[in-house]
Amino acid sequence: MSGILFLIPIALFMGLLGLGAFIWAVRSGQFDDPIGSANRILIDEDEPL
Amino acid sequence: MSSSDVLAHTRDWSLGDAPDQDSPFGGLSAFVQKSGKAQHLELHVSGAKCAGCLAKIEKSVGALDGVSEARLNLSTGKFNVTWQGSLPASVIAETVSGLGYGISAAAETDADEVQRKEERELLLAMGVAAFAAANIMLLSVSVWAGAGEMGSNTKQIMHAISGVIALPAVVFSGRPFFRSAWSVLKRGRANMDVPISLAIILAFAVSVVETIRGGEHAYFDAAAMLIFFLLIGRFLEARVRRRACSAANDLAGMSSRAVTRIDCDGNAIKVNPGVVAPGDTILLAQGERAVVDMALSDEFCELDESLVTGESAPHLLSKGMRIYAGAVNLSGPVQAKALSRASDSLLADISRMLDAGEQRRSAYRKIADKAVALYVPFVHSAAALTFIGWMLAGASFRESILIAVSTLIITCPCALALAAPVAHVVAAGKLFQLGIFLKSGDALERFASVDRIVLDKTGTLSLGVPQLSDATDERTISDAALLARSSRHPLSRAISDAAGSGPIASNVQEIPGCGLEATVDGVLWRLGSGRWIGVNRGETHTRNLYLQRGDETPVALEFADRLIPGTEDAIRQLEKAGYETEILSGDSNERVSEVAKELGVSRYTSAASPRDKAAHLEVLREQGHKVLMVGDGLNDAGALSLAHASVTPGTAIDISQAASDAVYSGGITSLPVLLKLARRTRSVMLENFTFAALYNLVAIPIAVTGHATPLVAALAMSFSSVAVSLNAIRLAAFSEGK
Repeated sequence: MSGILFLIPIALFMGLLGLGAFIWAVRSGQFDDPIGSANRILIDEDEPL
Repeated sequence: MSSSDVLAHTRDWSLGDAPDQDSPFGGLSAFVQKSGKAQHLELHVSGAKCAGCLAKIEKSVGALDGVSEARLNLSTGKFNVTWQGSLPASVIAETVSGLGYGISAAAETDADEVQRKEERELLLAMGVAAFAAANIMLLSVSVWAGAGEMGSNTKQIMHAISGVIALPAVVFSGRPFFRSAWSVLKRGRANMDVPISLAIILAFAVSVVETIRGGEHAYFDAAAMLIFFLLIGRFLEARVRRRACSAANDLAGMSSRAVTRIDCDGNAIKVNPGVVAPGDTILLAQGERAVVDMALSDEFCELDESLVTGESAPHLLSKGMRIYAGAVNLSGPVQAKALSRASDSLLADISRMLDAGEQRRSAYRKIADKAVALYVPFVHSAAALTFIGWMLAGASFRESILIAVSTLIITCPCALALAAPVAHVVAAGKLFQLGIFLKSGDALERFASVDRIVLDKTGTLSLGVPQLSDATDERTISDAALLARSSRHPLSRAISDAAGSGPIASNVQEIPGCGLEATVDGVLWRLGSGRWIGVNRGETHTRNLYLQRGDETPVALEFADRLIPGTEDAIRQLEKAGYETEILSGDSNERVSEVAKELGVSRYTSAASPRDKAAHLEVLREQGHKVLMVGDGLNDAGALSLAHASVTPGTAIDISQAASDAVYSGGITSLPVLLKLARRTRSVMLENFTFAALYNLVAIPIAVTGHATPLVAALAMSFSSVAVSLNAIRLAAFSEGK
């Protein structure tokens, strides 16, 4: 029983972390061009890493 | 939006940069925004579809001198370029257009910005609702699983935590529904958002009260899940809508070309089309499109009016005749007097017709709206009757209201709200694979109810580019090509295309509006209009050319506008599927009847002006026909927007694409597929609505008798939503053969 006292807050905290990352991604425009993003991974960079 | 509003959004017009006067993109310098040393330009690229296009465009522009950023948005076609130094804006545009893509200045309008914000807000709301729904479900599952074993205190704590998580979901994520519900309630009407909002608010409120009193059931999970499911539908709708670039937006791109005005002291300056007044002298360069109506001041001018009238042959004007906005100058630079302001010209006329059409179309009632109109009163009276029934049966007030609310929750139109958007998105994706680009979701419903198809000729059925007819003999072609290879006139190009590569006569003179002449082997050869050569003096539309070699009798070269391959087959398929077809063209009677006969279409109208076309559609509408308009030119734009549904080829100008519901690539061969898929989509949607109705028939008795516990509500809601989504996804298996 005492376990859920810290397990629930931890679960919620991790959930919030994910939500925060999602909000950041939306705000920084990462969902503005889904077609472009899907295509950009196919472009080969000429320069060697 | 009127065109004067459109122009108000364009910026910094006063520039009259000299360096890029000669470029067709010279006017772009007026759109450059300067901040410190950096210059910024937003362009609209059309035709870019894949990673290859993206890389080519970004790399070529990025390699230009001083360019620090070049980023193309494939979803919207917006291309942002930032650079420093003296690079003229026209060079950027020329680089892109040199790669074979269409480019114009993007005039960012308010509507654009509003849509972008709306989509972002929905996405954020969806994220918050997803977070809440998932985490509350985590707690709810333990409550359900622990039924009978979990102590009432633990349960109360679980409910309280769920309530705290649900609060932001209701307050923040529920706003789109509350706002929409409130705005229609104020006007005394109801839409789907009214029962949704009511269910969300009541579910939350009742659960809060139950939690405080230590009650058995709390519906926080239902409230959060409801919001999440419904937002998915809402977001999909918004995305489809935003893809449909607004007509006003593209019209802005078209009329935002700068105009060259000759001042009283003879200087040419680039000005905003909005400041051109009647009486101004305008210089129309070769290949430039007229933005305002004007009267020709020079002796002769040859125009491509195919966008305005649908006429495929170049039109020869003499001094004083009217040049309509939208016409392209084929001869050398000419001067003309402006007859009207940009806001009064034909282009603006057509834009007003578009506005009217769009308003008409938004009044179209979607199938989903009709379903909701039946559904809302039914569900609300069911909930009210439940409450009254239980009160009369002697249940407590608290118990009665809890059962009534659970009825509202379980009947909330989740499935109804998902039934249409999911089907639209799947069908739009399928059409995209087939080369058809759908602009609005509800267009599919309109395609499905079409019974007559009205086709434009030039550019839709026929190539719209003159082709040398087969009757001409080889020698004439190769001789004519000697002269024609040096000219950019469409008829000359047709000759050189037919002849292939070969020699060019030296010192070819191009006489604008007349033809070409050169001395070959010491003899004067002339290739040009009949009027100039001395045959057929009455002709104003130069459909034929004549070749005169020295003193020989002139030989005629005939041009024809060929049909796009596959057109005949497509028409036959459409007729077989039970559609009536009709040709409505601005071209001359002779040519239209020729094409109609070739295709076996019995109904046709020729020489129709843009107004005639719009009027013809009005007549058909009054006769009760549901018309599908297919056309590409500026002259079709009004008709496209007035039709019940409309499609346009990918080769059409922006404004026509904006006015129509779908854009296809290739010939009209894709039309039968489009219509078939539209009908399939409609039947899938009807299946979904039937399913939603059946679901309610089962769910309402369960809820009314008081058996809709949170667990039952959660299962029922998820089951119905998943079922309609899966049914809609069946559309993805659609293939042309079926």
